[in-house]
Amino acid sequence: MNMQTTIAGVTFKNPVMTASGTFGSGMEYSEFVDLNKLGAVVTKGVANVPWSGNPTPRVAEVYGGMLNAIGLQNPGIDVFLERDIPFLKQYDTKIIVNVCGKSVEDYVDVVERLGDEPAVAMLEINVSCPNVKEGAIAFGQKADALYNITSELKKHAKQPIIMKLSPNVTDITEMARAAEAAGADALSLINTITGMKIDINKRKFAIANKTGGMSGPAIKPIAIRMVYQTAQAVKLPIIGMGGIANAEDAIEFILAGASAVSIGAMNFVNPYTTEEVVKGIEDYMRRYHVENLSDLIGAVQE
Amino acid sequence: MKQKQNAKVLSQREIAPLIYDMWIETDLAAQAKPGQFICIYTKDKSALLPRPISICEIREDKAALRIVYRVAGAGTAEFSGYQEGDSIAILGTLGNGFPLEKAEGKKVFLMGGGIGIPPMLQLAKEMQADKQIVVGYRDDKLFLSEDLEKYGKVYVACEDGSVGTKGNVMDAIAANGLEADMIFACGPMPMLRAIKKYAADHQIPAYISLEEHMACGVGACLGCVVKTKEVDHHSHVHNARICTDGPVFLAEEVEI
Repeated sequence: MNMQTTIAGVTFKNPVMTASGTFGSGMEYSEFVDLNKLGAVVTKGVANVPWSGNPTPRVAEVYGGMLNAIGLQNPGIDVFLERDIPFLKQYDTKIIVNVCGKSVEDYVDVVERLGDEPAVAMLEINVSCPNVKEGAIAFGQKADALYNITSELKKHAKQPIIMKLSPNVTDITEMARAAEAAGADALSLINTITGMKIDINKRKFAIANKTGGMSGPAIKPIAIRMVYQTAQAVKLPIIGMGGIANAEDAIEFILAGASAVSIGAMNFVNPYTTEEVVKGIEDYMRRYHVENLSDLIGAVQE
Repeated sequence: MKQKQNAKVLSQREIAPLIYDMWIETDLAAQAKPGQFICIYTKDKSALLPRPISICEIREDKAALRIVYRVAGAGTAEFSGYQEGDSIAILGTLGNGFPLEKAEGKKVFLMGGGIGIPPMLQLAKEMQADKQIVVGYRDDKLFLSEDLEKYGKVYVACEDGSVGTKGNVMDAIAANGLEADMIFACGPMPMLRAIKKYAADHQIPAYISLEEHMACGVGACLGCVVKTKEVDHHSHVHNARICTDGPVFLAEEVEI
């Protein structure tokens, strides 16, 4: 039985990854799960300089999910290279670094710095964070802007790049096609869905940023639909995510067309989720006599 | 080591309106420290995030924890319905707790306001110091004051004036002419701000326990940050994580 999956020439021992921003750089959750068991750790977004992020409250619970507006707080690439990469290198898992920026130059800066780090297998480009005012999503909601930043980053990136797509668009396949045309190596989707919650007792927004990105099991059907549509529209490999709580959810994404999956908000609910999903996919493959994980990718039938 | 596990409810009772007192059996008690907290998960799967609740007391045999919490929403309402023998999913123990060794031989204030009172109990139990315990309530529905009396002199403040000093914990200090070399406190933000100012005016250290909306509870999500005076060692910006760098901070080091 072979659980390996290959994305843009990079082979992962299994398809289970962590969704950027929910797992730090793995340090905090290494107390709960064996990072060696994961296909990859996708880090929290890192910029060229430290970012302070948004005011609190930054998180709120909603029915079947949560809202967050952290605002991509991060210590910057220098600290990241000194502290987080050496930590992750101790483990037998692939490292995917999520890159954020306020301008194309910011992204290029980070991508170039990471180019000298062979331990980094892939770069995930965050053009879809709904919680920062400049940059980020400005590049992810218009096809021409996405095309431009993708082609610019391809000129500078030494590792394959994954463009992380926003669900906050009219037609995600248009964005996927733009990224593919610009030379992206893979896609990840979905980022969070912009939402809002009002505390009726205080008559205030539950999140200081007013809006926040919604994640959690409640968004899963939307994510599955978008992964399926995107898989139909482009040839690029897809990393699927959005509310995955267990192996059954993960398999749904794979059948919809994802070559790998990421666990996000559910890490907060059950810190052991990632490892349990790996085990659960293995059980599923055994139960249905699936020889290769790749046989399941996009295998949903009409 | 932090762990998510199922604990067993040993007892539960309402000790004041909407204030519940629950003992749970868990081996996490062996590592628990005063000022630390646990996260409790609801059984209702539509409510995903764990509720952070401070540890009120650690049983002598280190096999059970006591939590005293206020019903503030659907999650805590669910917890309040648990009975002896029920299973309860918890994550813990979290946070650093109070640096009680710093209090040794000192004259201290242990100050708790409302639902910030519970962590003062285990702190008072373990602390070797001259303890003046100052607690503030809304009305005469006191809770934990009798438990606290076993470990030090208790001064009560009450917003409606029905018991003790009318007003808040700061009023109780003034009314009783109290002084201290050091403060340990937990309570609502206006109280903590007043304590921060008092500590600065009197040039004494104040260790305050903060709260904020949390998601992970373990330092990964960066949801529960507090602004810090200096650049924080982890974030490299002026933000510390309340769940892992706190919840207890030296008042002068945080912007509240």
